[in-house]
Amino acid sequence: MAITTTKSAFWKGFRDGAPFLLVSGPFGLLFGVLAAEAGLIVPEALVFSLSVFAGSAQFTALQLMQENTPTLIILVSALAVNLRVAMYSASLTPYLGEAPLWQRACAAYLTVDQSYALSIVQFENNPQMTLSQRLAYFFGTNGCVAPGWMAATFIGALLGAQVPDSWGLDFVLPLAFLAMVGPMLRTPAHVVACFAAVATALPATALPYNLGLIVAGMVGMMAGAQAELWIEQRKTGKDAA
Amino acid sequence: MTQAPDPTLLWTIIIGLAVGSFALRFAFIGLMGGRTMPAWLMRHLRYTAVAIIPALVAPLVAWPTPTGGTPSLPHVAVAVAVFALGYLTRNVLIAMGAGACGFLLLFLLH
Repeated sequence: MAITTTKSAFWKGFRDGAPFLLVSGPFGLLFGVLAAEAGLIVPEALVFSLSVFAGSAQFTALQLMQENTPTLIILVSALAVNLRVAMYSASLTPYLGEAPLWQRACAAYLTVDQSYALSIVQFENNPQMTLSQRLAYFFGTNGCVAPGWMAATFIGALLGAQVPDSWGLDFVLPLAFLAMVGPMLRTPAHVVACFAAVATALPATALPYNLGLIVAGMVGMMAGAQAELWIEQRKTGKDAA
Repeated sequence: MTQAPDPTLLWTIIIGLAVGSFALRFAFIGLMGGRTMPAWLMRHLRYTAVAIIPALVAPLVAWPTPTGGTPSLPHVAVAVAVFALGYLTRNVLIAMGAGACGFLLLFLLH
């Protein structure tokens, strides 16, 4: 359906974003439950989700807090997990960069995997969209995801205190992360980054203060970037031949 | 349930992360204007999530918390299956469903 008004742009975004509730709902629920297991009370878990609004960074911080990691390392590691949103922000700038500052600030807060992935495709395919239509679409994609994330955290935190330790819920976090990462490996360079990071992370657990996570993450990033360069060079080499 | 975290630590983390993740998101759209990022930086940023998340997960799978850190073949098997399904189907929902089934299986085996 063609987008003709700002209002229809918002609702198009809303409809496109709605299915992602099936992802952000369970993850929010899980965050609430694990936060309660870690000893956070309901308002703490809710403020955490509301103010940070970055699932993978929240899970990382929660995990490291339970391993008695120094505060600075927790912050650096959790923000490192979230570095990808800086890339999203950079790639949305050509489309939304002309908006007033307060709108850009709202857009920044709402820059998450789902809103970015939907919007960038929409903007690239519809260059005739006006700035206000683009913003409306972007905010619309979060119409379900953001409230869903908060509500799910709240419910999870309420339920979490009832879950006995014997259920072994701790293992749900690695499984949830694995489910998230599998579909992210779109190119061979992504796969290289992933396995280089894993191969470094296991021996690097010997490092103090959970520093191994940052070291392994950096090794993985560099491996991915190098693999990308190498694959590109081989491609252009072949095309020239 | 584990002991509640120290409130100072918890709120330092929450506020630090809130400010930090907003700064990461605002950095470019808010301050860079129309300027483009250096290619080498974008190239590294592309691989942050797929490097750091597996680096976090690998030790948790190799030495799972529910067994008290003793390596366990069923845990590794479930983790590999969830990862492989996610990779092959490119579908988070299918992978999450597999994760839920796998978790139930571990729970019943236990």
